[in-house]
Amino acid sequence: MDNIAGSKSSLTWAVHISVALLVLLWIFPTVGLLVSSFRTADQISASGWWNSMFPAEQNLVIRAKAPEAQLREGDLWVIEGNLFEQEGIEDASISSWGTSSKDISAYAAGEEGSFRSGESVTLDALGNYRITSPEEMSGKRGKRLFMTAQTPPDFTTENYGTVLFSGSGQDNMASAFFNTFTVTIPATIIPVLVAAFAAYALAWMDFPGRALLIAAVVALLVVPLQLALIPLLKLHLDIGIGKGYLGVWLAHTGFGMPLAIYLLRNYMVGLPRDIIENARVDGATEFQIFTKIILPLSFPALASFAIFQFLWTWNDLLVAKVFLIDSTGQTTVMTNQIVELLGTRGGNWEILATAGFISMAVPLIVFFSMQRYLVRGLLAGSVK
Amino acid sequence: MHPALQGLLTIIVGVGGCVGYFYFSNLVLDKVLFPARGPNAGRNINRANMIRPWLFLFPAVFVLGLYLAYPVVETLRLSLTERVGGDEYVFVGLDNYNQMLSEPKFWEALRNNMLWLIVVPAASTAAGLLVAQLTDRIAWGTAAKSLIFMPMAISLVGAGVIWKLVYEARPIDQEQIGVLNALYIYFGGTDPQQWLTIPFWNNFFLMAIMIWVQTGFAMVILSAALRGIPEETIEAAIIDGAGPFQIFFKIKMPQIIPTIVVVWTTITLTVLKVFDIVFAMTNGQWETQVMANYMYDKLFRANDWGVGSAAAIAIMLLVTPILVWNVYNARKEMR
Repeated sequence: MDNIAGSKSSLTWAVHISVALLVLLWIFPTVGLLVSSFRTADQISASGWWNSMFPAEQNLVIRAKAPEAQLREGDLWVIEGNLFEQEGIEDASISSWGTSSKDISAYAAGEEGSFRSGESVTLDALGNYRITSPEEMSGKRGKRLFMTAQTPPDFTTENYGTVLFSGSGQDNMASAFFNTFTVTIPATIIPVLVAAFAAYALAWMDFPGRALLIAAVVALLVVPLQLALIPLLKLHLDIGIGKGYLGVWLAHTGFGMPLAIYLLRNYMVGLPRDIIENARVDGATEFQIFTKIILPLSFPALASFAIFQFLWTWNDLLVAKVFLIDSTGQTTVMTNQIVELLGTRGGNWEILATAGFISMAVPLIVFFSMQRYLVRGLLAGSVK
Repeated sequence: MHPALQGLLTIIVGVGGCVGYFYFSNLVLDKVLFPARGPNAGRNINRANMIRPWLFLFPAVFVLGLYLAYPVVETLRLSLTERVGGDEYVFVGLDNYNQMLSEPKFWEALRNNMLWLIVVPAASTAAGLLVAQLTDRIAWGTAAKSLIFMPMAISLVGAGVIWKLVYEARPIDQEQIGVLNALYIYFGGTDPQQWLTIPFWNNFFLMAIMIWVQTGFAMVILSAALRGIPEETIEAAIIDGAGPFQIFFKIKMPQIIPTIVVVWTTITLTVLKVFDIVFAMTNGQWETQVMANYMYDKLFRANDWGVGSAAAIAIMLLVTPILVWNVYNARKEMR
């Protein structure tokens, strides 16, 4: 643990193992959903996702070819074929089988059995069968064979196709995906811009009331946005913005503003005074100082806040529900659509899991590619 | 119009308008109102510099005022009025509060919020501290932290879906697909449980989701704090013969107490406003109501703006101590 002096602590192994267990515990639920999104509805309800990585034992019922496929071999009538090829199942293997639903494991693979109607039949582990009869067989449909088979792990990307392209109505996330982007991108860029100017003024310009404004920003940092819902919805409806993108951008801008100003101001105050004063002496206007010096130097802080705001607006449900989504539901966002799916299609895990993962994909990409900035922002943003 | 195109267009208009404001307002100030030339050049520059901070601040102060400060006052006013048809409001004093206090759902929400408030910050901070300490000196610590931090990126709704699969229950004669019930049956349980419908305990199943999300946050901050502890103090303790546990509890912990307080308060704030998880998972049924969801119910289901506002004020009252504490600390730091 603390082997500074070079002595290996006896606890080292315990540490490694407990960290591994904790990590497993933490990612286990997420992996479950990810795996489920690659399975069909039948597979999901047939077995727990943790079994999907291993070959599964399944009971199958497959019909042999119809009697019209029979051939004459000497004095026997024969139907031959492969059950798995007929059904498009790959790499399965049969352990036991039967000819009646009452006794599905009457024979082992490769043994010879018989149907109630008298024909004899053999079936091997790979699904090859041969039905023989001394008389011509009749009937329209093929004989049913019952078997217990090991099927290999089987994953499909079909769910993603359904949710992104071919699904109808609630199952289709494509437009919600675009809507979420439409909400998120301006709701990230506008507050960054607005807050950067304000933070610069609060950090480097002298004017009466500055300290008071900073205190106000700190106070507003914790005001719950629940408070803002009714008055602002009323206001939006009164002045004609109604429910829509403009309203939700303004709301996100307002709700993100205290943290943005707080983060950026704290960062900008730490920039070297010399640079700014030299620029002033050289005759640069405040606007030039801001755009040419402050903005480039503050990039890390701007990036931190932008990531925060992006994640927060992307993942938001409440603000979108109140300010954006009207009764037509044209402008629904992904979080809202998932909540609706949870309500109406709670059992359709293949749709839910896939929809969930599509909504998580973008934040996860942002998260893993820009974790550095996110951590830096967190450290600066937690109010001391 | 294709939604992608429409989205792009709205993005350009929104962002363009914002950039335009800053650029043109400064241009107007410098070139039209107070140009730095002619006989009054010096005076003009001074005047322009007096106005400019407000030009820079105006949009920010405007949205702060409109979207955060004004609603506090307006909500307070609404909580004292009742809507009578259309746009008419009448002053009703504390009636809304009385009505809220007489509803059992409110007390249930308050009780649950208190439970959340005790359990979630404590558990997240403890788990975060544990992970931060354990990963501090192992080679793959960064990767481990990254994975534990990951739930922070996922929406609470997404987290809800993830955990709903964990809590899923199937009839006893079917294969269990929720891992919790699978374990329950494996260890001898007889009936698969609908975990989210067991009153009282279901709160803890919902809290588990929040703890799962917030531990990463606590870990990141506490890990940085642990790194910041001066090495000498630990070396001195080792030389004096302290064991790993003594070092942790007697040397490290006392030095990071301020950070623990920060983490605790931040998670407390998040928990006070918890909405998405409850809304998506149970919607307050089976005695899992919380304040934010109670308020949403009143507001958009019952359409009772008076009581909804009263509930919002109740949430505000709960965060006020933290607000005062923060402002006090910030002012102390600036001095």
